[in-house]
Amino acid sequence: MSDLDGTFAALADPVRRAIITRLSAGEATPGELAEPFPISLQAVSKHLKVLERAGLISRGRDAQRRPCRLRPEPLAETADWIDAHRRRTEERYDRLERLLLETGSGR
Amino acid sequence: MTEIKQEIMFDRTFDAPRERVFRAFTDPALVARWWAPKDERLDVEVLEPRAGGSWRFVNTDADGDTNAFHGVYHSVAEDRIVQTFEYGGFPGVVLLETLTFTDLGNGRTRFTDTSVFPAAAADAYGGGGGAPGAMDRLAELLDQL
Repeated sequence: MSDLDGTFAALADPVRRAIITRLSAGEATPGELAEPFPISLQAVSKHLKVLERAGLISRGRDAQRRPCRLRPEPLAETADWIDAHRRRTEERYDRLERLLLETGSGR
Repeated sequence: MTEIKQEIMFDRTFDAPRERVFRAFTDPALVARWWAPKDERLDVEVLEPRAGGSWRFVNTDADGDTNAFHGVYHSVAEDRIVQTFEYGGFPGVVLLETLTFTDLGNGRTRFTDTSVFPAAAADAYGGGGGAPGAMDRLAELLDQL
């Protein structure tokens, strides 16, 4: 079973979510990732560590550049989970609607 | 994937008065009739629709496998229920759900369910930027806890 709450926790920050969005367009170095934010490269590196520990990104071996790359599997699993939850809940409310209709005439 | 969802919303109009729709969520005998699929059994083990109360439903599917769903109520009013939602199979993933019941007149009710995901909930705790709207509501609610 995937570490779903670990993924959610890693995504529980707007900077980290923005990093993920940027990496979905292709790999980037920490410097490139830090550029849009009014925070230090050091702060961005802390976020990258969180994302790496959660398995959401991988860091390249090139010592100079250490490009970061998105690992799509945890995000895909999270998206699948959210979609499944939405589907189940829609079906649940479909059943509620039917029950309310079926038992309506007795009011 | 370029967008990471923070919340999902369900929006329904039911041909039933608001009190009946509300009762469908707070009366254990009624809940058991719609919450789980027809070929599955639902045991409403706990249902305490009041501030600080708990709820716990155990669902047994056609293969005999059980799944527990549970949470706590933050607040319960005739037009709004705020509760948490957790699947037994995914401990630690706690959704914050806001259910609203609005009388539309003519015996019809508008029902909405807004479910906020843990990423967004943690955002509010951390005071981060995040998306407006959902975050503001969460921050408001959490302030009241």
